[in-house]
Amino acid sequence: MPTETPLVEMKLDSETRPAVIDLLYRMADDGLIIGHRNSEWTGIGPIMEEDIAFSSVAQDKMGHALAFYNLLHEMGEPDPDQIVFCRSAAQYRCCSLVVLENFTPDAPALGPDLSNNPTRDRLVAHGDWALSLVRQFFFSEADAVRMAALAESSYAPIANIARKIRGEIKYHTMHGRGMMKHMGAASDDTRGRIQMEIDRLWPHALGIFEPTKYDKVLAAAAVTPVEEELCRRWRGDVEPLLESAGFSIPLNAKPCHGGRSGKHPPEMVSLLADLQKVARLDPGAKW
Amino acid sequence: MTATDVKSSPLDRVWKALESVTDPEIPVLTVVELGIIPDARIENGRVTVEMCPTFAGCPALDVMRNDIRTAVENAGFDDVKVEIVFDPPWTSDRISDEGLRKLKAFGLAPPVKCGGSVTEAMLQRVPCPYCDSGDTTLESIFGPTLCRAIHYCNSCLQSFEQFKPV
Repeated sequence: MPTETPLVEMKLDSETRPAVIDLLYRMADDGLIIGHRNSEWTGIGPIMEEDIAFSSVAQDKMGHALAFYNLLHEMGEPDPDQIVFCRSAAQYRCCSLVVLENFTPDAPALGPDLSNNPTRDRLVAHGDWALSLVRQFFFSEADAVRMAALAESSYAPIANIARKIRGEIKYHTMHGRGMMKHMGAASDDTRGRIQMEIDRLWPHALGIFEPTKYDKVLAAAAVTPVEEELCRRWRGDVEPLLESAGFSIPLNAKPCHGGRSGKHPPEMVSLLADLQKVARLDPGAKW
Repeated sequence: MTATDVKSSPLDRVWKALESVTDPEIPVLTVVELGIIPDARIENGRVTVEMCPTFAGCPALDVMRNDIRTAVENAGFDDVKVEIVFDPPWTSDRISDEGLRKLKAFGLAPPVKCGGSVTEAMLQRVPCPYCDSGDTTLESIFGPTLCRAIHYCNSCLQSFEQFKPV
């Protein structure tokens, strides 16, 4: 008989289940939000190859987010559209790295807005692709580390998705590593800008691995290693890559935490206003 | 329904229907040749077709899912379910030999077998699907769709696309 309830559901006890759900929200929200941010470059990337790269990576990450949201839905959470379009900022569980705007903090605001896409216009005028590139590099490396660990997860539905999407993420890390190498061999101006973003984003990158109250439960159930361990593996990959490209590693950086409990940088509110704009015009509309 | 169809088993008819569904972005390739149908079964009158996604964010997946359901329904089955599965994980190694041949004929360089783990070397000097020269340059690991990379052939002086090994 075909069964409507996935068999895997039975394997989670009452303590592990909410921990797995929280983990899925964290991963799905990271994918959705970095996908949204990277897609802001679509059509206006600095060079065509990078426009295509950022658009493709964005599309991949939206797909990965959807796979995790679908799994959440199978576990009894709302459907993906509701999760994405009906939650407030405080209900999102993404890290701060993915939320940051594609601008340096001192980018001026534009004058009176006469267009229907102020985000794009501001990006054209003041977008900082160095920031987006370093962010994507940091995130892809973390993504690769996390999916390598989750491919061995005791929770089969997560392990299956991780095994599948690792192959796609390989292209993201290939892109990031190649670009960091090129940037390291480029002009002083280029290297200076990349180093500035490495320094500025480093605390946010460490914040990807913000510990949560579920860390111990998840590790004990062999769902995933604790965040601290994943961070150690990430640093083991990223630091030699940066150093060999001629960049330095920020010292004594304090990780930027909060996202995993719903405390986000202020720009999360404007990001969701963009992301949810159409859905909120007519909630429940059928497409 | 023809006389031959009546003689074939119901499951044969399901597979025959699946062989008529093509990838909307690579219309020469059927979903069976693409390797995205790990299993199809009939239990208590319900047809369940398992489908493993190629690239998780590929917009063609929804189209193929609907096309599969319609094709099987048109083959005479009322209760058809297309189930998205991640086990087995799809990799480009699942594309059949016939599928690889069709990709090349379509102008897409076929992927090399990668065991689910691509390396940069696999993307270098990819044989040109037009002139078979190995004197080619990788231009971009990302392309017009998630499954394609862009190369340039130094021999016949044309750019071409490759179905990415993944």
